[in-house]
Amino acid sequence: MTKIEIKDLHVNVGDKEILKGFNLTVNGGEVHALMGPNGTGKSTLAYALMGHPRYNIVKGDILLDGESILDMSVDERSRNGMFLAFQYPVAIPGVTLANFLRVALNAKAKAHNPDDKGISLVNFRRLLRSKMDMLKMDYAFGARYLNDGFSGGEKKRAEVLQMAMLEPRIAILDETDSGLDIDALRIVADGVHALKSSELGVILITHYQRMLEYMNPDFVHIMYAGSIVESGGAELALKLEAQGYDWIREKYPDTRNSGQA
Amino acid sequence: MSDQNKQSFLNQFGADYQYGFSDPDIASFRAEKGLTRDIVRQISAFKEEPEWMLNLRLKAYEHYIKRPMPGWGPDISDLDLNNIYYYVRPPEINQRSWDDVPDTIKNTFDKLGIPEAEQKFLAGVGAQYDSEMVYHSIQENLEKQGVIFLSIENGLKEYPDLFREHFGKVVPIQDNKFSALNTAVWSGGSFVYVPKGVKVDLPLQAYFRLNNPNLGQFERTLIIADEGSQVHYVEGCTAPTYTEDSFHSGVIEIIVKKNARVRYSTIQNWSTNVYNLVTQRAAVYENGTMEWVDANLGSKVTMKYPSCYLYGEGAHGEMLSVAFAGPEQIQDAGSKMIHFASNTSSKITSKSISRGNGRSSYRGLVRVASGLEKINSNVVCDALLLDPESASDTYPTIDIRSDDVNIGHEASVSRIGEEQLFYLNSRGLTDEEATTMIVSGFIEPLVKELPMEYAIEMNRLIQLQMIGSVG
Repeated sequence: MTKIEIKDLHVNVGDKEILKGFNLTVNGGEVHALMGPNGTGKSTLAYALMGHPRYNIVKGDILLDGESILDMSVDERSRNGMFLAFQYPVAIPGVTLANFLRVALNAKAKAHNPDDKGISLVNFRRLLRSKMDMLKMDYAFGARYLNDGFSGGEKKRAEVLQMAMLEPRIAILDETDSGLDIDALRIVADGVHALKSSELGVILITHYQRMLEYMNPDFVHIMYAGSIVESGGAELALKLEAQGYDWIREKYPDTRNSGQA
Repeated sequence: MSDQNKQSFLNQFGADYQYGFSDPDIASFRAEKGLTRDIVRQISAFKEEPEWMLNLRLKAYEHYIKRPMPGWGPDISDLDLNNIYYYVRPPEINQRSWDDVPDTIKNTFDKLGIPEAEQKFLAGVGAQYDSEMVYHSIQENLEKQGVIFLSIENGLKEYPDLFREHFGKVVPIQDNKFSALNTAVWSGGSFVYVPKGVKVDLPLQAYFRLNNPNLGQFERTLIIADEGSQVHYVEGCTAPTYTEDSFHSGVIEIIVKKNARVRYSTIQNWSTNVYNLVTQRAAVYENGTMEWVDANLGSKVTMKYPSCYLYGEGAHGEMLSVAFAGPEQIQDAGSKMIHFASNTSSKITSKSISRGNGRSSYRGLVRVASGLEKINSNVVCDALLLDPESASDTYPTIDIRSDDVNIGHEASVSRIGEEQLFYLNSRGLTDEEATTMIVSGFIEPLVKELPMEYAIEMNRLIQLQMIGSVG
């Protein structure tokens, strides 16, 4: 069964330490919500897990199924089942979403079996359409250039579509709910919900209770100034919804203002 | 197209660089190295030309000798014009049938996939080997409609009046040193005439092959699109890889009459020992449209600025180009749009990619004559640099002498962004796959303008150019 263990992770961006001893274990089948005020290192965690070159891991380890992934390149991590749904996906002009997904699927298949000839066009189209149906996406979307001129909601939906196609084992969703209206939110949340399986562990970074209502997380963590300061169940998210973060800032004053996005 | 046919077609423009092979020398005649008045006479005599053409050649020769090398643009001082064969004649052939082409030459064109491509999706094919066209043929139904597609020599022989009326008028001798040289020693190329109202649906393709080393190839093409007609002409080129330099200097003249539409596409994939200095120009009349689609992938140095002279009201000129400068290559390319009439419009879209220490430049001119109204012109040049060693320059010149002009110019230079790479890496693509994908997307606006077979080929060539591009 899938398992990711993040152990005492310290991450610098430039000279600045952003993550200061972050610990979390996520098993397949679990959904962990990660909440917290802006600038506490949530996106840093997402980038560091995926291996962004500018996020420098100075201490600690990340184990996927017991093996460290720190020496793996970004694409190797992806092919080993890691996935990041970006908060701000970049545009790749001139490359259609469908073509991009086909190349990505084939890259993954080839990594697992060098003789893999890749998915046929017919099978690919069938697969893509079934996933698009799930996310209530127009098929014409596949012919658009990747994230190029997409609205905020379209970008988020495209991220979840990619997740559905690539079938990761660990998915980090970085504020996939932000910028969505209530209908889009429900569709995206339903889509992610439909992907839940015992093989998939989810880290859901969010500011809002709304997404959690649909996703029904097993654990809620509050992150503050570079590490998790509170963990609990759904009641923790409700408390945040009602009271905001002031009580966190008061409870953990020594770490105040020391974090940065 | 079956996969096999597709593959053989795909082979035709060359690859990494799999068309660097050469044939044994079977030339039936070879002029001495360097250029003299006698060689000009010899060429004309071989072609049994009328007096006026010989005189024009000699006049052009005088101009060529007097004219200094261009004082601008890339450094071409290594091009030794005295170490070039100006005329190498393959064995005598009648051009009408592949069966009559000598085996050595026919095998080359077979390897390049030309005969299959002709059967599958072309309206006509011309093939030039060193200094002469060895094959030239057009579909019978087009011939019946009066479409002429001949080697330039046969055009002069069979249609002397039409030929003389237009030859050297769009690109005169005095235009530049290399157009003068071409006029002095031209050999090979196509003569195309499309009668009034005739639309040629499939492309006509000319294929140019240099075989001998130190060879100069000086093809000359004249295309006349009569009123309301339409034609798409495609040229492709490859050469063996030699350590010594070869030289290609063509002149293309196009006349686009009232309401006619001409598209001229080039996929230039010379080996990297070829200097490619080309003059391409179209004269466009009332409501005519000229489109250049230009892909420069090969060659050592390319200097090429296809232009549209917009003479008639409502005329439109368009240039869509992509240049890829790999290690040791210089692509100095661009376009000229000259507005001589009111209500004319032009559009230049130039994309360049540089890698290694390759250097690509956009050099362009938009000129609007005085006293004109309602002129629109738009220039967009985007450069993509793949690594810190590569470079790109932009030399846009805008010369406007009228008031009622709407002109736009945008230029951008980008490096492949860390965030774009990270995004694609995060979906499992390696650096090389990701870079290739970004480059393919970058040139997509051009590729989608090409017929499918060429689009597939372009993407494949770009992929081959990218191999080994990521350290």
